[in-house]
Amino acid sequence: MADFLLIAAAFVLAMVALGLIRILRGPDDADRMMAAQLLGTGGIASLLLAGTATGEAATIDVALTLALLAAFASFAFVKAHSTPADAPTPEDDA
Amino acid sequence: MSDALNIGLAGLILGLALWSIVAREAFAAVEGFMAFGLLLTLAWVQLHGIDVALTEAAIGGGLTGALLIGAATRLRSTEAAARVEGPGAPTRWLAAGVSVAVTAALAVGVLALPVPAPTLAPDVAAHIAVTGVGNPITAVLLAFRAMDTLLEAIVLLFALIGVWSLAPDRFWGGRPGLRQQADPNGILAYVARVLPPIGVIAGIYIFWVGADHPGGKFQGATLMAAMWLLVMMAGLADAPPISRTWLRILLVAGPLVFIAIGVVGVVTADAFLAYPPGIAKPLILVIEFALMPTLTLILGLMLVGAPQRGPLP
Amino acid sequence: MSAVINLWTVIAVSGGAVFFLAGTTGLLRFPDAFTRLHALTKADNLGLGLVVLGLLPQMDSVSGGLKLLCIWGLVLLSGATASQLIARALVRRDVQR
Repeated sequence: MADFLLIAAAFVLAMVALGLIRILRGPDDADRMMAAQLLGTGGIASLLLAGTATGEAATIDVALTLALLAAFASFAFVKAHSTPADAPTPEDDA
Repeated sequence: MSDALNIGLAGLILGLALWSIVAREAFAAVEGFMAFGLLLTLAWVQLHGIDVALTEAAIGGGLTGALLIGAATRLRSTEAAARVEGPGAPTRWLAAGVSVAVTAALAVGVLALPVPAPTLAPDVAAHIAVTGVGNPITAVLLAFRAMDTLLEAIVLLFALIGVWSLAPDRFWGGRPGLRQQADPNGILAYVARVLPPIGVIAGIYIFWVGADHPGGKFQGATLMAAMWLLVMMAGLADAPPISRTWLRILLVAGPLVFIAIGVVGVVTADAFLAYPPGIAKPLILVIEFALMPTLTLILGLMLVGAPQRGPLP
Repeated sequence: MSAVINLWTVIAVSGGAVFFLAGTTGLLRFPDAFTRLHALTKADNLGLGLVVLGLLPQMDSVSGGLKLLCIWGLVLLSGATASQLIARALVRRDVQR
């Protein structure tokens, strides 16, 4: 069983890693963001699979932390992109 | 099978590190770096460093990603200009040469380690019972090397003061960051209402299990800070003006409690930061409990940045 | 009994892996950002979901199983909201152009 779970973990990781080609190719920042999001989900899945295979219970807590923050970067991305470009920049005053 | 997983993981991490360096656009580099951080979390799990993996998951997954995305967005308008006046070929080659030299030195250092590598782990295992905590990492951080942890907390406080000191004089004492505009009934506001209660419970949980299992105040505080930032991002709450007294009290409370317990140790246990026998664990918990709000506030406020709005009238 | 449980794990985890394969294929092959977003959410919802369902009977404790379900729920919530937000940001950009 452990072998199967490890193979599954490696397979899922390999799959989402392939998705990283989107980070290389873009074309858009949003596409890159999606690849990171997919890697996050796949990372959680393979963490759970590998953690169950090795019997290391604390890996679930790592996965829980990742899951809580899974979309945090996406939120920051959307926030950053929806702020108007002509927003006041306080650096102007010297 | 595990070997194939590890080799693949290491290859991916190296590839992403390379991409983050060579990517021409800042945002593409940031994306690569975030993926790099996630894979690093998996690598730490594979190395059985669950405590480090938790820290990397919380810091890398939450805070650094948001920080770098914000920075990349700010730099966007000036990026093309910066590229034109970028460093010339000699500087680049020099930088590449220095990087390769550092990498080579590190590689030599790691490969030259004696087998088995020098370790203090048996000493920790032999004395952990004295502290009353079950997680050796916590025992090292808060008992055997408590001084380092105290200094780290103080360094973080200084870092926050450093960030604040970037504020123009007229904004000193005001609210950090720009006022966030967001639809109060929008999706971001929705998730900022649903997620933080769960995140706060998870943060307290990670803090609490840290005594006996991987976890601890730092990882817990990072989670809490991320939840606070989410609420601020959604415009549901504003960052406090940095002149608020309660804020300043909470910011110094953690290190002060730590130092106070350390000074009491001089009297009761003959050394600074020594715990009297028998009550080591309660004292460690008091320190961690006091550091938790301090760390949460420092991490959150560091990300929000310097004051950018005037103090209250 | 344990053979049945293991069979369930193998089937569900394999199903989840297939959805990750599909998600990646979609992310790489679909023509525009909106369709790619659609592919991404399949991996979030069903890929991880099936992996979690497959791993549930392998957990030693009830709290471990509850944590697994929490993880799935959190990823569902954040995945759904993040894709909505990304899609809206894309629409707004397209309108501005």
